[in-house]
Amino acid sequence: MTKLLQTLVDGVSVGCLYGLIALGYTMVYGILKFINFAHSDIFMLGAWVSFIVARALGWANPDQPGSLGKALFVLAAAMLFCGVLGFIIERLAYRPLRRAPRLNVLITAIGVSLFIQNTGQLPWLLGTQPQRMPALLPDSTLLTVAEVQIRQVDVVVIITVLVLMGALEWLVHRTKVGRAMRAVSFDTRVASLMGVPVDRVISITFVIGSSLAAAAGFLYASKYPGLNQPAHATWILLGLKAFVAAVVGGIGDIRGAMFGGLLIGMIEFFGAAYLSPHLKDVYVFSLLILVLLVRPAGLMGKPVLEKV
Amino acid sequence: MAGTTERGRDLQPGRAAATLSSVLPLVIGIAAAYVLHTYVKPRLDPFYAKVLLDIGINVILAVSLSLVNGFTGQFSIGHAGFMAVGGYTAATITYYGSHRLWGNAQFHGGFLSWTQANDLFEGTWLGGGDLLFPLACLAGGLVAAGMGYVVGLPSLRLRGDYLAIVTLGFGEIVRVIIQRTDDVLYDAEEIQQAGLWTCVTHVGGALGFTGLPFYTSLFWTWLFVAITLIVAYRLKESTHGRAFLSIREDEIAAEAMGIVTTSYKVRAFVLSAFFAGVAGSLFAHQVGTTLNPRELGFQKSFDIVIMVVLGGMGSISGSVLAAVVLTVLPEVLRTFSEYRMIVYALLLILMMILRPQGLLGLRELWDAWASRRRPKATGAG
Repeated sequence: MTKLLQTLVDGVSVGCLYGLIALGYTMVYGILKFINFAHSDIFMLGAWVSFIVARALGWANPDQPGSLGKALFVLAAAMLFCGVLGFIIERLAYRPLRRAPRLNVLITAIGVSLFIQNTGQLPWLLGTQPQRMPALLPDSTLLTVAEVQIRQVDVVVIITVLVLMGALEWLVHRTKVGRAMRAVSFDTRVASLMGVPVDRVISITFVIGSSLAAAAGFLYASKYPGLNQPAHATWILLGLKAFVAAVVGGIGDIRGAMFGGLLIGMIEFFGAAYLSPHLKDVYVFSLLILVLLVRPAGLMGKPVLEKV
Repeated sequence: MAGTTERGRDLQPGRAAATLSSVLPLVIGIAAAYVLHTYVKPRLDPFYAKVLLDIGINVILAVSLSLVNGFTGQFSIGHAGFMAVGGYTAATITYYGSHRLWGNAQFHGGFLSWTQANDLFEGTWLGGGDLLFPLACLAGGLVAAGMGYVVGLPSLRLRGDYLAIVTLGFGEIVRVIIQRTDDVLYDAEEIQQAGLWTCVTHVGGALGFTGLPFYTSLFWTWLFVAITLIVAYRLKESTHGRAFLSIREDEIAAEAMGIVTTSYKVRAFVLSAFFAGVAGSLFAHQVGTTLNPRELGFQKSFDIVIMVVLGGMGSISGSVLAAVVLTVLPEVLRTFSEYRMIVYALLLILMMILRPQGLLGLRELWDAWASRRRPKATGAG
């Protein structure tokens, strides 16, 4: 019973992170119809920028207790940095290809991803050494329910994700910008005829998606303080799983991304706890293939007929 | 009706000429590989011989991936997965097969598989290993092709970008499963008693499959390069190749023309996986490499994709050219190795923005030359 609940807590908290990253994939896919491969690298940079900011401000001292204020500051810095980066990437790499075939945009995205990883690896930037994220949040057990320890980090992760999700939901469905985003996603050409500034909306989408990924990066680094080197396979794998979450939930659908993220987190942790911990990735990708075969539009998406 | 048959007959070359023209490239290929092996290699520095080997393997990989990514316009980024499947199959066959046949896994080859590292060279023309190794390569290719069918059949119903993710996921699944296998058996007696399943599951796990005999010589590598090139080129000029290209140009229009797109996509995928498996087998039996799941992750897949994209999507000679350049370049620019991938990444982005079809596009090197001679000739595309 304890094991079950503990797995549930871990699954939900990591699932929330997957959902947060998946939002970036799903928003970009909804509008531009391509997989932004560089998204997992934005997520990686989110974690690394949090680390660098925390270190630069002298908060890396393990004796010093962290506080919520510091954590929020670092979070905001990472989100700002990655938001700007997302804007630049879209402007320089993707905008020239607005009319190009989707395959070309996909290859460009892979190029951007490789570029970020390998630039990050340069010794005078992030280096090739793994680092340890300072604990900005006190690493304590918040409460114990039926012998299950709920750590403060997990609570912070879940609450932050819920707040960000709520904000995004409000933005997309209740504001003018959100309406423009939905219009562009529905039909770019018609939206531009109706006076929606398509390029600006796409930029905004990238900024939002990237800052959400940065937030996920910060939260991930707080939960798992061991930061791998920028080009390490774990980052790409995490990004890929988040993409799987977006596909499973129904790509282009914001709630679907969150649902998919939770599902992937659960499958990963329950599979690891009850079947074999080494085959985590296998479960996730098998789920992807299964969903694509049975319901290609995702569990919550609506099937789209491709017209000539 | 009669008129058409007569005209058809005129267009058909005689049987002898047809046989000759289909066999000739292979003969030339074998001869070239043989010359490379016997005359060129002994005069070369071992380092350059190794580079020649790497070039050969990368050419096979790039051209085979070009069948899917270039010709058919699909986007697979799990090529290293097929390479791993083929490599491990062949390695299992040569390692455990040698034990069964000769009681040890040392080099049992003749002249054709001889690389300078094998001191057990028996001096015969066709030693045991000379027969075992190509068979193992073929088996590796076939198993990889079967895997290509299994992966391709469901996932090729998906649109391009989903396919990319599924192939990437497949590559990862292969890697994880190989990492979970047990250590290689080293005890000769234990191996004699081991069943097939025991052999297949004891391939080294994360540490890699060590103790393999080094059979990959310049002859075998370049022989398979020749076969790959001939198959790819003849395919491009055939009905099948035209079907591939039509899918790449416009899938809906191709379907309207009566091309069963899924079936053709699966064929391209299976063929491409076959050659990836062969390349993996060659890679596994190379001097100085350990067959290791870490080497065959998505980084490797990306390397191959870069070759295909830079060389030209659908150009065989372009892929060859890119494979050669991208194999030699890092050796020349060792001191800039940190910047190598950054330069590749920038090249990839700039290429997509400035010249989306890659360096040569659909054309071949000789097309450019031919069209210069005859300005009115239409291009291959």
